[in-house]
Amino acid sequence: MAKRDVPEVNAGSMADIAFLLLIFFLVTTTIPKDTGLNRKLPPIDESDVEPPVIKQKNIFTVLLNGQDQLLVEDEIMEVKDLRAAAIEFLDNGGDGSCSFCKGKRDEKSSDNPDKAIISLKNERETSYAAYIAVQNELVAAYNVLRNRRALEVGPKKGFRDMDFITMQNNYKDVKWYGNKTKLKAVIDEIKLEIPQKLSEVVN
Amino acid sequence: MSKFKKKKGGGLPPINTAALPDIVFMLLFFFMVATEMREDTLKIKNAMPVADQVEKLDKKNPVSFIYMGTPKDEFQKNFGTEARIQLNDKFADVSEVIAFIGAERAALREELVPFLTVSLKVDKKSNMGIVGDVKQELRKANALKINYATGTGDATSNMK
Repeated sequence: MAKRDVPEVNAGSMADIAFLLLIFFLVTTTIPKDTGLNRKLPPIDESDVEPPVIKQKNIFTVLLNGQDQLLVEDEIMEVKDLRAAAIEFLDNGGDGSCSFCKGKRDEKSSDNPDKAIISLKNERETSYAAYIAVQNELVAAYNVLRNRRALEVGPKKGFRDMDFITMQNNYKDVKWYGNKTKLKAVIDEIKLEIPQKLSEVVN
Repeated sequence: MSKFKKKKGGGLPPINTAALPDIVFMLLFFFMVATEMREDTLKIKNAMPVADQVEKLDKKNPVSFIYMGTPKDEFQKNFGTEARIQLNDKFADVSEVIAFIGAERAALREELVPFLTVSLKVDKKSNMGIVGDVKQELRKANALKINYATGTGDATSNMK
């Protein structure tokens, strides 16, 4: 018996079906935009422990008022200069105990990065955009110092040409093939040497 | 001469659209992979500020979102033009934040609860007052890991 001809399936409407699906997905989904500044809030302290006395020279006050004007250490400043000022403060190394600081070793500024505290004050009327700009600059100041430290410490521990940000990204990256336990130790060491001490007050 | 005679009544040959579904499927797969389902319908304006020291939000750990901003135009008649908080799909009061965190935690496996990150998606025109209130509530709820959602860009451009 002769084989019957199988008629070809009409695929003309396939494009329509695919378009329908495509438009459905275009409408119901969003492109995720999940970058941001990670911060940690301080826990509420209910104990009656006296807060330790902190020397005034170890505190770097940043005040952001309701008109988004910036007052740093009692001087008016532009946001673009804040990063350099914060680095200078953190990197000062006044008491000489900080071996990696390259600052001026000014007696009147911070003792070492571990003791240095940045105090950020904002008012209720401060705009969120300005607040984020200031937060960003302060985080940047810490990152600059940590990157510099990572480039010094890294090569001794076998992580050449890797700054702090790269180290953190590599640590999170599943495709990175280096020794993650060693990397974690280096990251923690740098975090301990240059801790982010950022206290926030709302007026 | 008939060899060179043009074919009659041909007009334009039909365009072959056999590859069209393939192209559309390709687009479809791209969007399926690169996007994710909308979780909440935003009732507020939510243009986020930019920063350049950003980190990627760690999606391995659970994330809850709190939105803040001025209500969208169609809601302004009922809800005013002051910045408001949106939890899930509706406007909420500051006092509801603790309950919201509690509900988010209850939906998680127990071992993941300490890793809950709260992502604050705040409109750049809002004031710090409302953000400060929410932060205080989060401290009360002991949800201390937070993330200020931002775009990437030059942070000083926020001030203009």
